[in-house]
Amino acid sequence: MAFPDSPILSALVLVMALVLAMYGARSPAHRVIQGAAKSIAQACKLTADAIRGVQNRLTDRTREVLLSEGLQEAERQIEQEFQRISVSVERDLGSYPALHRMLADQVQRIDEDYRKSTDTPPALEGWKQTIQAAGELAQTVGSPTAAGKAIDALRVTVEDVHENALDLYRENSRKRHRLLAKMVPTWRSMDATLTRVETAVTGIFERSRHLDDLMRGYRDIASKSHAAERALTTSSLTQFATSTLVLLIALLGGFINFQLIALPMSEMVGATSRIGSLQTSDVAALVIILIEITMGLFLMESLRVTRLFPVIGRLERRSRIRMAWATFAILFVLAGIEASLAYMRDMLAADRIALTQTLAGSVAQRPEFMWIPSVGQMVMGFILPFALTFVAIPLESFVHTGRIVLAQATAGVLRMLAFGVYLAGTWIEYAGKAGKDVYDMIIFLPLKVEEWVVDARSRGRVDETATDRTVSRA
Amino acid sequence: MPILGTETRMTKKGWIALLAAFLASGCAVAPPGTGVFLLLDTSGTYSDELTRAETLINYLLGTLDPGDSFGVARIDGGSFSEKDILFRTTFDERPSVANDQKRRLMETAAEFADTVQSAPHTDITGGVLQAVEWLNEVRPGRKTILVFSDMEEDLPDGYVRDFPIDLNGVEVYAVNVTKLRPDNVDPRAYMTRLDAWRRRVEAGGGRWTVINDLERLPVELEL
Repeated sequence: MAFPDSPILSALVLVMALVLAMYGARSPAHRVIQGAAKSIAQACKLTADAIRGVQNRLTDRTREVLLSEGLQEAERQIEQEFQRISVSVERDLGSYPALHRMLADQVQRIDEDYRKSTDTPPALEGWKQTIQAAGELAQTVGSPTAAGKAIDALRVTVEDVHENALDLYRENSRKRHRLLAKMVPTWRSMDATLTRVETAVTGIFERSRHLDDLMRGYRDIASKSHAAERALTTSSLTQFATSTLVLLIALLGGFINFQLIALPMSEMVGATSRIGSLQTSDVAALVIILIEITMGLFLMESLRVTRLFPVIGRLERRSRIRMAWATFAILFVLAGIEASLAYMRDMLAADRIALTQTLAGSVAQRPEFMWIPSVGQMVMGFILPFALTFVAIPLESFVHTGRIVLAQATAGVLRMLAFGVYLAGTWIEYAGKAGKDVYDMIIFLPLKVEEWVVDARSRGRVDETATDRTVSRA
Repeated sequence: MPILGTETRMTKKGWIALLAAFLASGCAVAPPGTGVFLLLDTSGTYSDELTRAETLINYLLGTLDPGDSFGVARIDGGSFSEKDILFRTTFDERPSVANDQKRRLMETAAEFADTVQSAPHTDITGGVLQAVEWLNEVRPGRKTILVFSDMEEDLPDGYVRDFPIDLNGVEVYAVNVTKLRPDNVDPRAYMTRLDAWRRRVEAGGGRWTVINDLERLPVELEL
């Protein structure tokens, strides 16, 4: 302390010394502040650029993956649609020649029946005029005469012939009606056949239209349009959310399954054995559930419901069917084991309750309807392994979309990070400028003195110049 | 080629050895969780309490898990002897077999409670030594000794028990410590008695707890 008796004076002297020292070191200090701020800002901007570069590469890669997966999915859908059309054509139009023959037969039969049922009505008017004329002639001639008798006989004959002709006509009409009645089922059959043909053709047309839509989508994806990319991104997010939800539900199912078989497993592998901090019985139960899920995956894969393992997908149809049967058999056996374990769990629980009751001094009793939960547990133990099989479908969706969603989330985080680093660099740059001003504010007094001195000097120089000019003019 | 083949076999053997070592270390049967040894005071002043002891045994049988160890011995004139052990067993790993064992032990305990005769002396230290010896032999994860007694030691002439006991890692619970007639006259006698036991147990490396309210037993034992 410069003045031990007066700390204020000491502090004042110290501040003045500091200010003077700062004033002396003003230029280098400004350079240091500005240089440090600029270098940090530059480093921040370079870092931000680097992060942005990584983010851009990640975004591009994600876009490629998204479009590639979209293309694959579109190809898969188109392939499936073609297969459906092929099946439809084979099923419906494959039998078209037979249908055509049937239709031709039916048409021919209808034609024949129609020909047979052609109406040939008797010429009633001609008969009537002849009979009328014969009657009038007989009246004119008179009945008793031979001519009259002959005419009358002729009239009677003509009337008989007319009656016979009418009878024949009626008989023919009856036959014709019978033929027409016979034609009705043939008509109906032909109508049904034509409806079948129409349905088949309409179905194929609808499939063709759907195929057109799919092809349009495929072309959009292949052209790497933004609309297609947006649609695929939205679809990925939706699928990711849905599959996550379903997987969570499956996880709960797996937990219930675990609870069903963990206790009885201790009867098989012992309750004291441990693997690390876990009971071996718990690990065994978990392994059984995981094997079931794996078998379910293989089953779905060999049925070509999912495509997680291309090796299985590339197998021949016969090998795949064999594999499907093998995995189903293993699943069936495991389901049987689970059902028996679930029953054993119930027995163990009942035994435990009975023991507790005995130890408490009461008589052990088994409730009357205890068989209901036993059966329920057995059924659950049998059903759950098969239900877990379907985990393969959301799992595939989760795996495929998870990559996209994760990459997009990472890209978002990188974008924010790059922005933050860039912003920090800008702030630091301005902070350097502000630092210089703050430095000058601290040493404002010597600066002001310097300003006055400079002003005075410049004013002196001006005065000298003016005097010189006056002198020279003079 | 043969060299390559040998190398391949060596690698496979290495993997198999590694796997076997992992399985041997990972799947090894861990020491049973809990070992409980119950000492029952059968001296004249305390034998009336044995009906409560039977309830305590039943509670412990209902609480212990498969793989746990359980022993019961009586405290009489010279308790450091196998003849005073009522039963001692380690429950089977399988829950159903363990339940059968518990049923048999329950019958044995009931029979003991019906036929027990009061002892003229009380050798608590001998019983504790017996319990520690067995627990150290069984090596459970947790060692517990329950002393169902008034904790008033009354040794026959010539019996030496005033030496330190190694109770390292053992939890000693004095259960149902009833007050004697002199305790009522001067409660300091009761407190001095319990304090002497506490110091003795803690000096041996053990943990000392007194449980007089049996309903607190589940909370204190944490089995």
